[in-house]
Amino acid sequence: MIAFLIKRLFHALLVMFVISIIAFSIQDNLGDPIQQMVGQSVPESEREALREELGLNDPFLVQYLRFAKNAVQLDFGYSYIFNEPTTEVVLRHLPATLELVAATTLLIVLLSVPIGVYSAIKPRALLSRFFMGVSIVGISIPVFLTAIVLIQLFAIGVTWTPFPADTGWGSWLNDLITTEGGMPAYGRGDPVHVFGTWYTNFASTDGLVYLVLPAISLASIMLPLFIRLIRAEMLEVLQSEYVKFARAKGISLRRIYFLHALKNTMLPVITVGGVQIGTLVAYTILTETVFQWPGMGLMFLNAINRSDIPLIVTYLMIVGLIFVITNTLVDLIYGLVNPTVKLTGKPA
Amino acid sequence: MKFKRTLLAAVVGATMTGAALLPATASAETTLRMAYDADPVSLDIHEQLSGGILQLSHMTHDPLVRWTQDLEFEPRLATAWEQVDDTTMRMTLREGVEFHTGNAFTAEDVVWTVERLKRSPDFKAIFAPIESVTAVDAATVEFKTAEPYPLLLNLATYIFPMDSEFYSGTDEDGDPKDEIVKNGNSFASANLSGTGPYTVVEHRKGTRMEFERNPNYWDSESPGNVDTIVLTPISENATRVAALLSGDVDFIAPVPPNDLERVRESEDAKLVTMSGTRIIFFHMDQNRVEAFQDPRVRQAFDYAVNQDAIADRLMKGFATPAAQFSPEGYAGHIESLERRYDLEKAQALMEEAGYADGFEITMMAPNNRYVNDAKIAQAVATMLARINVDVDLKTLPKAQYWGEYDDRAADMMMIGWHADTEDSANFHEYLTACPDADSGAGQYNAGNYCNPELDKLVAEANLEVDLEKRAEMLQQVEQTLHDEAAFVPLHWQDLAWAAAPNVNIEPVLNVMNFPYLGDLVIDEQE
Repeated sequence: MIAFLIKRLFHALLVMFVISIIAFSIQDNLGDPIQQMVGQSVPESEREALREELGLNDPFLVQYLRFAKNAVQLDFGYSYIFNEPTTEVVLRHLPATLELVAATTLLIVLLSVPIGVYSAIKPRALLSRFFMGVSIVGISIPVFLTAIVLIQLFAIGVTWTPFPADTGWGSWLNDLITTEGGMPAYGRGDPVHVFGTWYTNFASTDGLVYLVLPAISLASIMLPLFIRLIRAEMLEVLQSEYVKFARAKGISLRRIYFLHALKNTMLPVITVGGVQIGTLVAYTILTETVFQWPGMGLMFLNAINRSDIPLIVTYLMIVGLIFVITNTLVDLIYGLVNPTVKLTGKPA
Repeated sequence: MKFKRTLLAAVVGATMTGAALLPATASAETTLRMAYDADPVSLDIHEQLSGGILQLSHMTHDPLVRWTQDLEFEPRLATAWEQVDDTTMRMTLREGVEFHTGNAFTAEDVVWTVERLKRSPDFKAIFAPIESVTAVDAATVEFKTAEPYPLLLNLATYIFPMDSEFYSGTDEDGDPKDEIVKNGNSFASANLSGTGPYTVVEHRKGTRMEFERNPNYWDSESPGNVDTIVLTPISENATRVAALLSGDVDFIAPVPPNDLERVRESEDAKLVTMSGTRIIFFHMDQNRVEAFQDPRVRQAFDYAVNQDAIADRLMKGFATPAAQFSPEGYAGHIESLERRYDLEKAQALMEEAGYADGFEITMMAPNNRYVNDAKIAQAVATMLARINVDVDLKTLPKAQYWGEYDDRAADMMMIGWHADTEDSANFHEYLTACPDADSGAGQYNAGNYCNPELDKLVAEANLEVDLEKRAEMLQQVEQTLHDEAAFVPLHWQDLAWAAAPNVNIEPVLNVMNFPYLGDLVIDEQE
């Protein structure tokens, strides 16, 4: 176990090292940060002085070594746009993103398991087909479009009257498809301070309301995937010998489905899920931009637009670290769910 | 399937909105919630010369004088001014004005501020003409220029006196409080004291900024009734519009051209547009393409481009087609100058110049800097195809584009320019003056157009204190640039703001895009 964790620590360091080199070597293509810092009428001599001061004129290797030397001491440099150490900037934006990812994960788990299991148990039911159909649509609509549609429907509101309004049933149907709006369309409102840089949206109803639309649109891409995955795995498990045997033995169906079958269904789901949580962090870039959610994704896009190289490098390294951590956690959980798997890779 | 999804979403959403608690808005205070595309980069108003910083300056500080909607000067902290001789101007300051800290505003603060401006990398170029500032007495300052300088009042719109006492001494780290730091934490970038209508209560960078009305604001005649302003940066265009339409914010800028109709037709919002002062145009690089040295070829290019079509169809009327640099209201503007578009004439000129079969050129434009920039470049490329010019177009994000621009990396390059001094001479100095790396003249002249006579004329105009005579000279410059087709003008980009119906934004807006929010009135809602 300890050996495994130490090995993973080295993985993390290696990943971060490789990312830093890649990020550093593309910086020349990210544009000139000086251009973003000064006004249009600033003469070239002033710009050159600033470039010199920031060390942007040094050769690549010198710049990288200077960065690496500081990075070893956990100093990742100063953000050009925020005028603060990049680690502080990232840490300030991290909780917002993690909360969004947490809310989304919760939504996915709570919805995908029952729906997936249901449509596996009753594959021919009308409701199952409906879920499958909707999930195809969900998977094929890009996140930002879902987000904009959600904003139009629930933040601005739409009035739609295809049915005759003067009849009772008509106005009832019209009311059903007309949305009022009123949901917050951007930002995270007034989150409650917990400690340090952590402000939470989970502490009040008011805060939770702000989470709803971003979390739904972020979930819209992963939810169908998980419903389909759970359904497929469950269908397979239900065909297996031991389920047939359990049935023959007369064990209650509920016990078979939710205890014996579901447990084995979840194994591959956990593996995929772990990887997908990392991907979810990447998808937040789109969601956060549309909803102006003040998290890391929005910060990263700003950093790219304004060529804030130190911030870009720090963000990429931290996201790399998150990937390694989630994968490690997944492996640990996997070991708990399926004791036949040994972490060190040696056969049991 | 889509319908089902919408229906389902509607049902789910209806239940959720029912349960949702909306943020409490009821209070005796009047609050303006506004969304710009970005928040100010710093609280130090001398750190960057940019629209965002100047918008902030007008909220937290007052200039000596400011522009009215008709581009006239309006006294603010300076109540009167007189030209003592050709190189000296004396200004009388308003008395009884206090800074946010309670310190009294005096002539010393003006002297201190101008001296700091002369140290700021961004402002020092435009303040170079001022040789010295002295406080004659507590309420009088005297500006001296090395040579007669007609634009002193234009410069005075950039002088927002800062609280010299507040910014004196050193901070906890031992750094002087008045230092100007571009990349780092300075005292001035996080603390602010001016005379303006608002104080900064909170600044969470990139997320939220809160202002509160200055209770001791000197301008008791200001109709402004807003107690609190909450500024949220929303960079995504669609979200900014949605936030206004859903009632989450009361005032947004800019309004993206694609949403203009939607906002105009909405009952929950009103739209205000103005013809702007930022000229969008193309340079034709004479160093890279020999053909561009022939004025007939440059004219042919100008004749081939249909500015009106771009303004009408591409910009959906959100632009004023141009034939010159100077917009209306500027000294150099020539009312009678017509747009050239005439395809036959363009073809004839190309033939005359010996290029009937055309030639190949490269073209570059940004794709996220100006409104519809990439589409405009595509349209121009298509128009040039009709005079047999084969255009190889490349569009880039602004972060990469300006590096290419500095390298003069293409034969035709797009740029938009707003004159910081709101004066016609500025256009020529930066865009069409003979390029000179040492003096900085023609820093953005990617056409490498050079006409020493025009340089001389502009230099003379800058010493001419008789404003009428000066205007004549500047108009002569515009005329020559037009006759020689130094560049291909396209249009002045319009400005657009939108607000909730009870927010009276019209009186506080202007073409510089510095909303005077101190004078903003919000009607009470029942």
